[in-house]
Amino acid sequence: MIDFQLLKPKSSTDAIAWSAKSPTAQQGALVRFVAGGTTLVDLMRLNVEQPARVIDINRLGMDRIEKRPDGTLRIGALVRNSDLAHHPEVVTHYTALSQALLSGASAQLRNMATTGGNLLQRTRCPYFRDLSFTGCNKRNPGSGCAAIAGHNRTNAILGGSEHCIATHPSDMAVAMMAFQAIIHVQGVKGVRDIAIGDFYELPGGTPNIENALQPGDLITYVTLPAPIAGANSTYLKLRDRASYEFALASAAVVLQIAAGHISQARVSLGGVGTRPWRSHEAENALHGKAANLANYQAAAEASLHDAKPQSENGFKVELAKRCIVRALTNATVSA
Amino acid sequence: MYPEDQERDEKVQPSPEPKKGLTRRSFLSRVGAAGVAATASPILAGAAISEIGRSEEETALAGTTAITLKVNGVEHHLQIEPRMSLLDCLREELSLTGTKKGCDHGQCGACTVHINGRRVNSCLTFAAMHEGDEITTIEGLGQPDMLHPLQAAFVEHDGLQCGYCTSGQIMSAAAMVREPWGKEDTDVQEAMAGNICRCGAYPNIVAAIQQVRGAGGRA
Repeated sequence: MIDFQLLKPKSSTDAIAWSAKSPTAQQGALVRFVAGGTTLVDLMRLNVEQPARVIDINRLGMDRIEKRPDGTLRIGALVRNSDLAHHPEVVTHYTALSQALLSGASAQLRNMATTGGNLLQRTRCPYFRDLSFTGCNKRNPGSGCAAIAGHNRTNAILGGSEHCIATHPSDMAVAMMAFQAIIHVQGVKGVRDIAIGDFYELPGGTPNIENALQPGDLITYVTLPAPIAGANSTYLKLRDRASYEFALASAAVVLQIAAGHISQARVSLGGVGTRPWRSHEAENALHGKAANLANYQAAAEASLHDAKPQSENGFKVELAKRCIVRALTNATVSA
Repeated sequence: MYPEDQERDEKVQPSPEPKKGLTRRSFLSRVGAAGVAATASPILAGAAISEIGRSEEETALAGTTAITLKVNGVEHHLQIEPRMSLLDCLREELSLTGTKKGCDHGQCGACTVHINGRRVNSCLTFAAMHEGDEITTIEGLGQPDMLHPLQAAFVEHDGLQCGYCTSGQIMSAAAMVREPWGKEDTDVQEAMAGNICRCGAYPNIVAAIQQVRGAGGRA
């Protein structure tokens, strides 16, 4: 790990002003915020991240979960994953989010990892994490993609480009996609509210640019809209091990059923997309339809219609479909 | 030389070797220290650091930094690099070698310690971020003549073979028994998934933890 300067700001204003001196908030940033450290410290040790300055934001508050009068839930950026997963409001009304959080990483890591940091998790594509491979457009723009011609079993089948097929690894963000979270960002020019659906970039020709953050931007909190009345939600994660492993395919589902028909549906996928993947195709296929297996299978087909499997991950297409059908079925049974 | 530089330099001078028997660990430590001293370059601040403004110099911690860490109830005044992990600080600066380094990437759990009563991977956090925190290591959990109930249960149930993962397993379990998990063995397995045992002592580890949880339930 290269040497760096550790800064301890007394206010978020200081943190933002110092971080704004970095030429980018994306790959290659010279200034990074550190909260839990579970992604950043790991990548710094691999020399994938080499910030000259690291700003410790752990003493800046932003660590509360508040139910607001309008029914929304405000989650501070520094709320730890374990605290969010076990919060009664989340367990009861945002069940898929609690399940997603508890399916991710280990208990130790969940005690460290934060809400803001989890949104900014970096891909586990092995070529991104290993400097002995020169070809990684995300780490080193223009260098090529070693995964496309290499081992790509765990890589994306949705949202990829000829430049990058790295998956976004977060479980939490997949559930937040289904709950249509709003990400609140404080920057040098003021405050911005970004819908999570607009937060993540597709890789396209610039896989090094992953999200909407600019130099200085600090995620301060996340808001979940009021729960959909009478809806059930569930998160299902499929992986190589029973625990402590990233998803090969996962699905977060929010389902409201009235008189046997689906009045509202939200479906998002993990482990298969280059960003936490909202499937509007599945939602459109489900809306107004009878809550039955045939319609769930049709929704799954629609979700994966545009899938582009790589040399080693063709199995993910079928796996993701079955994951969607099972998650929808589970959400129906618990209705 | 600025006064603080002089103070820092004095602090980083190696203290005289205490007069005590030469153990395997102290021998290896001394050899290691000599090797480092011969090859270490002066403390460098990267070019990019000096290019950025100086307005925040008062709080900036370039090179090494003075911190106070509270470990097992004792405050330690240390002069360390910001990039030193809490794990390395415990082992190399404080000689608390009960905490083990396995993967150094948060994947094995051997480095598990408690920060403010919660279990964390000490390899994935910088020591200099933990001023004011209460840090507990295996050395602070129990003593040879007064074992923590989990230490005693691991002995009773043979919850180990080589022992390398054991301090991490026990620190993890000692926090886990206070967390909201179900009662079944499968709940313990899931709760302990972040601690890998290469010898495969898992069934005995689960039995040891369940014994302590059961005792807690009856008490």
